[in-house]
Amino acid sequence: MNAYVGTPTSRVDGRAKVTGAAKYAGEFAADGLLHGFVVAATIPCGRIARLDTSEALKVKGVLDVLTHTHRPPLAGKDDAWKDEVAPAEGSPFRPLYDDSIKFNGQPIALVVAEDWETAKFAATLVRVEYREEQAFATDLDAGRSKATEVKQPHEPRGDAVGALAKAAVRHDADYLIPTEHHNPMELFASTVVWDSSGRLTVYDKTQGVQNVHKFLCSVFDKKPDDIRVLSPYVGGAFGSGLRPQYQVVLAMLAALALRRSVRVVLTRQQMYGLGHRPATIEHVGLGAKSDGTLEAVTHEATAVTSRYEDFARNDSGWAEQLYKSPNSRYSHKLVRLDVSTPCDMRAPGAASGVCALECAMDELAVALKLDPIELRLKCYSDRDQSEDLPYTSKQLRECYARGAEAFGWSKRNPASRSMRDGKELVGWGMATGVWEALQMPVAARIGLTANGHAEVSCAASDIGTGTYTIVAQVAADALGLPIENIDVRLADSTLPQAPVEGGSWMAASSAHAVLGAADDIRQELIRLASAMPSSPLAGVDVADVILVGGTIAKAGDMGSAVSIADAMRHGKLERIEKQKLNHFAEDKSYARNTHSAVFAEVKVDEQLGVIRVTRVVSAVAAGRILNTKTGRSQIMGGVVWGIGMALHEETVMDHRFGRIMNANIAEYHIPVNADVQDIDVIFVEERDDRINTLGVKGLGEIGIVGVPAAIANAIYHATGKRIRRFPVTLDKLLA
Amino acid sequence: MINFQFSRARDVADAILLLTGHPGAKLIAGGTNLIDLMKENVEQPSRLIDISRLPLRTIEETADGGLRVGALVPNSGLAYDPLIEQRYPLLASAILAGASAQLRNMASVGGNLMQRTRCAYFYDTATPCNKRTRSSGCSAIDGLNRNHAILGASNSCIATNPSDMSVALAALDALVHIAGPSGERTMALTDFHRLPGETPDIDTNLEADEIITAVELPPRGFASNYSYLKIRDRLSYAFALVSVAAVLELEGNAISEARVALGGVAHKPWRSAEAEMALRGQAATVEHFSRFADSLLQEAKARSHNGFKIELARRAIVRTLMQAASATPQSQAHKKIA
Repeated sequence: MNAYVGTPTSRVDGRAKVTGAAKYAGEFAADGLLHGFVVAATIPCGRIARLDTSEALKVKGVLDVLTHTHRPPLAGKDDAWKDEVAPAEGSPFRPLYDDSIKFNGQPIALVVAEDWETAKFAATLVRVEYREEQAFATDLDAGRSKATEVKQPHEPRGDAVGALAKAAVRHDADYLIPTEHHNPMELFASTVVWDSSGRLTVYDKTQGVQNVHKFLCSVFDKKPDDIRVLSPYVGGAFGSGLRPQYQVVLAMLAALALRRSVRVVLTRQQMYGLGHRPATIEHVGLGAKSDGTLEAVTHEATAVTSRYEDFARNDSGWAEQLYKSPNSRYSHKLVRLDVSTPCDMRAPGAASGVCALECAMDELAVALKLDPIELRLKCYSDRDQSEDLPYTSKQLRECYARGAEAFGWSKRNPASRSMRDGKELVGWGMATGVWEALQMPVAARIGLTANGHAEVSCAASDIGTGTYTIVAQVAADALGLPIENIDVRLADSTLPQAPVEGGSWMAASSAHAVLGAADDIRQELIRLASAMPSSPLAGVDVADVILVGGTIAKAGDMGSAVSIADAMRHGKLERIEKQKLNHFAEDKSYARNTHSAVFAEVKVDEQLGVIRVTRVVSAVAAGRILNTKTGRSQIMGGVVWGIGMALHEETVMDHRFGRIMNANIAEYHIPVNADVQDIDVIFVEERDDRINTLGVKGLGEIGIVGVPAAIANAIYHATGKRIRRFPVTLDKLLA
Repeated sequence: MINFQFSRARDVADAILLLTGHPGAKLIAGGTNLIDLMKENVEQPSRLIDISRLPLRTIEETADGGLRVGALVPNSGLAYDPLIEQRYPLLASAILAGASAQLRNMASVGGNLMQRTRCAYFYDTATPCNKRTRSSGCSAIDGLNRNHAILGASNSCIATNPSDMSVALAALDALVHIAGPSGERTMALTDFHRLPGETPDIDTNLEADEIITAVELPPRGFASNYSYLKIRDRLSYAFALVSVAAVLELEGNAISEARVALGGVAHKPWRSAEAEMALRGQAATVEHFSRFADSLLQEAKARSHNGFKIELARRAIVRTLMQAASATPQSQAHKKIA
């Protein structure tokens, strides 16, 4: 029964969030709570020559200043610092470990005081002298020649370079994506609650409590039972909370040093010292026959990473899923610079790489004098070419058709600068989006009580994406109970296993864990109901029995219904508890992806260069949509972020200082209300019986992919100017 | 942020007394800029003098038909005051082009005049900045200067003044009323802010022991032909790349008076009496406005990243004057430039 799955169910945690009842990591109280304030390095590379904390220690209310020479022990081996999503290559950053400075903004001391204001003041009194040992570098453009190839997302097919050189129509260009920061609304924070037994309860802003738990146990050499990590609510993270961040290590250090509870909250400025979407130069080459079929695709991404870890994602391989070409070559190069290690940020790799690919496709369409959709349909690939596999489902054609219809694409004049509205040039652009449909091992536990209430628990995080709600929906339907009777507990390291919440995998993964546990509950209830005297369910085939309306019944035969309460009472059970790990068939004969077609209208003031995105239509094919309300919001959020990526977002660094100069959200621009106008989200019907029981693929990333390219293509259509260095700002149009 | 003394002034005289002899003292009203700067350790006042309860919150008519606006009138209170809306819509429009509703509710008129530059180096104590620390050097001249001054800059500083309100006040020939130990004085708004010269650390001609008590608007409000146009990197809630406050008096299509002030381009709102004079008697046409823009920008100088602002300013001046001439002022609520 689907009373909830697939419906626009409101967030079950909505009331808690808007009333302030939902508590975040930096809001948990503890007796005698101390506050830590971070002192950050102001050079990008070198050593700490001297760290004088004497003045800070004199301030009334300051208990201690932790530094690399004055702190409890930390693990010494790299392996101990490798969390579940750490890059394979490299040596993870260790806060307050030694005197080396690896990036500007690196924490070098933690002032711990009775209150936050005192700690912040005393932090200004910590005196630091540095030894700058070597020239540093933070500029990707300047470092490009020193890039080293680290991986090929897919094996090359044919001779792409040769075919590109010989192609009748060719487009070959660099697209530049700047460094971007996640800027979640909630600041990174950890509250470590100390109790006299020595056990530590850690409230942390994270996308994975069990990842943090394991990491803290290994870094601090603790037993699993010594530490419990919780993160019941997260105010946005977008990938920045996948890896344990340094504030949780600092809060732990202070709690262990002082045997007190400690909270550390980073400032907005300090958060620019965490991970980021790496700046990339995306070089795309497309060679086509004059009929618009592709002969060659080459895509080489050159990305920034830190000196101490190799962070690399699949920027360049996406044409393999989208466009048929007999020859292809994809590569990923890294430039190691004196910055903190980049990290995943919504649609890592794809947001940047597909942006370049889709701008390049638009340029090819112009060169071929083809409609951009027509070009994409000519190159449409029904198979994932890298493994030559069919898809479990792929309704991208339908995305193009439905999106184009809703947008009114057929009325587009193909010539650039051909459409106008008063002083503004009007441009229509489109792009394709693609992401993976991943699923991971997740377990869920359901405790059903005889009064028809169930508690569903799982260690998964809800980072604002709606996991609480979809878990409640799936459980309510599977157990045949009203959603009000379902309590969901998440993000506690002691709950059943879950990986970090990311990659768009949590919806499918958690939903199927819940389904599995609910099925075990169902079987137990059938056993109990069948055993009742003159049970209408005696001898019935288990497969025919469902849970509906608080009863156990043969499908379609409510006359056979036995109430859950009666069955459990008869079995003398007050509570049934079942825990199950999800199970997905390991079928490697299909590719699994989500897709979208994004259409954008821009209006550009011809004289002043001011750009407005007046309309966006995003048509998404992502299997079954568990919740059309939160799902629509998630896609809208992706579109807004795509507007930012196209027009606003850029972390600006002064390479003379190796320092970010707009580390605040006044100067790091994201779209504000005025920049966001009509957004139309279309969920294209995509039935998928192969991918999993519910046919769910996940929505976290797909919303942003393609949006910046659609907007940049619209700007070209409006103005005739192709801006390949993002973001597209008015000075670039006026130049 | 450092520790500081806090005292509350009982009246204007008390505020002056509290300032006198305390070079590290700062007045605080709404605090929307000062507290930000204190959090960044850019401002480190030894004493904060709270003036928020002083009786400087009224808007009164003056004998000559103008208005006297108390220094503590909130920016939002000023923008939505019926007399301002009717008689000085340019000022209302400029205020609404700035900041956010929340900030405008807190920010005072006097505080708006005292707000400091948004130059990133000024804000970052890890980099040299002559405005923050005299003679430490200017990081912007050879650094990131995309949004820096094209007019009136010096070799010491190329920062800009971020205020929108001041740009409108400059165009309206407003006066600043000031009280100090030796009594009261008035100063033209256009003389209030300074060019950086060799002392960019001094933003204004207000003395350390003086307090702004009011801003006076002369009788002429140019309510028929005005416009405030702000060009920025997103459509709201960003500082100006270039802003233009323009007012006109027209006889038919002939200009009898024109006043234009530029924001976002210099250390102070930028006007040119000479260029304005040359517009008098001319027809309100794109051609004449273009010539005016060239004249107003005659001294403009580009740095490594901000050259686009010269052409942008030229075009924005023409657009704003056309909006003013056609009595179709720029809306600050529509998501569109008219």
